[in-house]
Amino acid sequence: MFNSIGEVVLLFWRTLCAWPHAWRQRQKVYDQFFEIGNASLLMACILSLFIGGVLALQSGPVLAERGLANLIGGIVGLSMCKELAPVMMGILIAGRIGSAMAAEIGSMCVYQEVDALRTMNINPVHYLVLPRLVAIAIALPLLVVFSIMTGWFGGAIVSASNAHIGVSLSAFFSTLKTFVDLQDIGNGLFKSFCFALVIGTVSCHQGLQTIGGPRGIGRSVTKAVVNSIVLILILDYFLTRWLLIFD
Amino acid sequence: MHSSPSHPPSGLALRVRGLRKSFLGVEVLKGLDFEVRPGEIFVIMGPSGSGKTVLLKHLIGLTRPDQGEVLVNDRPVDSPEVMEKFRMAMVFQSGALLNSLTVGENVGLYLAEHRLKTPAEIALIVADKLEVVGLKGSEEKMPSELSGGMKKRAAIARALVIEPQLILYDEPTSELDPLSSVVIAEEIFALNQRIGVTSIVVSHDRDLAFGVADRIAFINQGRILAIGTPAEVRAHPDPLLQEFLNASFKPDQAKE
Repeated sequence: MFNSIGEVVLLFWRTLCAWPHAWRQRQKVYDQFFEIGNASLLMACILSLFIGGVLALQSGPVLAERGLANLIGGIVGLSMCKELAPVMMGILIAGRIGSAMAAEIGSMCVYQEVDALRTMNINPVHYLVLPRLVAIAIALPLLVVFSIMTGWFGGAIVSASNAHIGVSLSAFFSTLKTFVDLQDIGNGLFKSFCFALVIGTVSCHQGLQTIGGPRGIGRSVTKAVVNSIVLILILDYFLTRWLLIFD
Repeated sequence: MHSSPSHPPSGLALRVRGLRKSFLGVEVLKGLDFEVRPGEIFVIMGPSGSGKTVLLKHLIGLTRPDQGEVLVNDRPVDSPEVMEKFRMAMVFQSGALLNSLTVGENVGLYLAEHRLKTPAEIALIVADKLEVVGLKGSEEKMPSELSGGMKKRAAIARALVIEPQLILYDEPTSELDPLSSVVIAEEIFALNQRIGVTSIVVSHDRDLAFGVADRIAFINQGRILAIGTPAEVRAHPDPLLQEFLNASFKPDQAKE
C-alpha cells in the first residue's frame, strides 16, 4: 500500500514538474475538458437538483415544527456549497471520468501504445497524464459551481412547494444570502480542486500500472474508482478541519 | 532522439554484456553477451517463450536488466544522453499504433510532439512515408480500419519518419500472409540498404531470418545457442537448433 502511495505522490510531482508543457498540450487539455464537461454536466445538474430537494425535504418539516422554517435556505445553501456539492461531484467524477481515464491509459499500456510513446522519446506523463490532470482540475470546480446552483434551486422548489415547509422562493434565497458568503463557496471550490487532483493522479497512476489483458484493465478501473472515493472522503475530513481555521 | 531527422543517419553499434532478467523468480535471460555491428541486419531467432521479446525491450531501454548492460555506441541505453543524441525506433508486434489517432497522426506523431517540422511539412513527410510502405492515401483512416499487415506497415512508416539509426522489429511477419511477409521483408532490407540503419529483427520466421540477416543469434531458454552468419547458424551441430530449422509437418508420420 505504501509503495502505491509513494508512486502516486511521485507521479503527481512529475506531473507538476511538467507544468511548463501544459500550453503545448492545450488541444489535448481542451479535448479532455470537453469530454469531462459533456459527459457529466447534465448528470451533475440532475443529481444536485435532487440532493438539494431531499435536503430541504428532510430538514424543512423538522425546522418548521420548531418555527425555524425560515432557516431552510441557510441550511441548504451552506450544506450544498461547503460539503455536498464538492463531495458528491468528486464521487460522480471518480466514477465517470476516473474510470474512463484508467481504462483508456490501461488499454494503451496493455496494447503497447505507451511503450511506443517511450520509444519515440515522448514522455507519457507529458502526453497522457498532464492534459487529463489540468482538464479535470479546471472542470471539476466548474461542475461544482453548477451543482451548487442547481442544488439551491432544488431546495428552493421543494421548500416552496411542500405544504409542511411553506417557505417562498424569495424567503429561501433571502436567508441563503444571509448565511452563505463567498468564502463558503470558495471553500467548496478549493475542496473540489483538491479532489480533482486526487482523482486525476490516482486514475492515471492505475492506468499506467496496468498489466495483463482485459482483466488487468478491469482491475485498474475498479482500483482507480475505489481508491479515489476513499481518498476523497478521507481528504474531505482533513480539508474541512483545516478550512474551519479560516472561518 | 530529440535531434532533428534532417541528415542521413549512420547505423549504431550495440553491445550486450552479461544481461540477466527474472520475472517472479523465473530467470528469462540468463547472461547474454553479443554485439551488433553498425549497419547490419541482426536477426534474433528462437522458439516461443525463449526470451526474444524481453531481450528486445532491453535493447531499446523499455525494460531494465537485473544484471548486465546494453551499450549503444558505448553508452548505456537508458542514459538521457543516448535518448538525446541517437534516433532509435521500434516496430511492435501488434503495430502499437495509437488507436485514438488517425494513421497520418500516428505516423507524424514524433515530428509533431517534438515540434521538428511545421504541420504542412509533416503532412508531406507522412504522405511520402506512407507511400514508401504501400499505404498511400491512408492518412485519414483510423487504425481500427486497417488489417494486421497494414498496421505493421503503418508502424514501419512511423519508424521511418524518425529516420532511425537503430530500428528494432518485434515479430514483423507474424500473423501475416506470405505475400505481406515478403513486402515487410523487402522493406526491412531496402531500409537497411537505403539509409544504413542498424536493424535488429526478432522473429521465428525462418524465411525472413535467412532472407534478410547479415548475422543470426539463436536463443533458447534465455541463452544464446548459436551466433553467426546464416550459413554458420545453418551448419551449427546443436540438435535443438537443427530441429527448429528443419521442422516441418509430415502428414504420414502424424497419421501413424
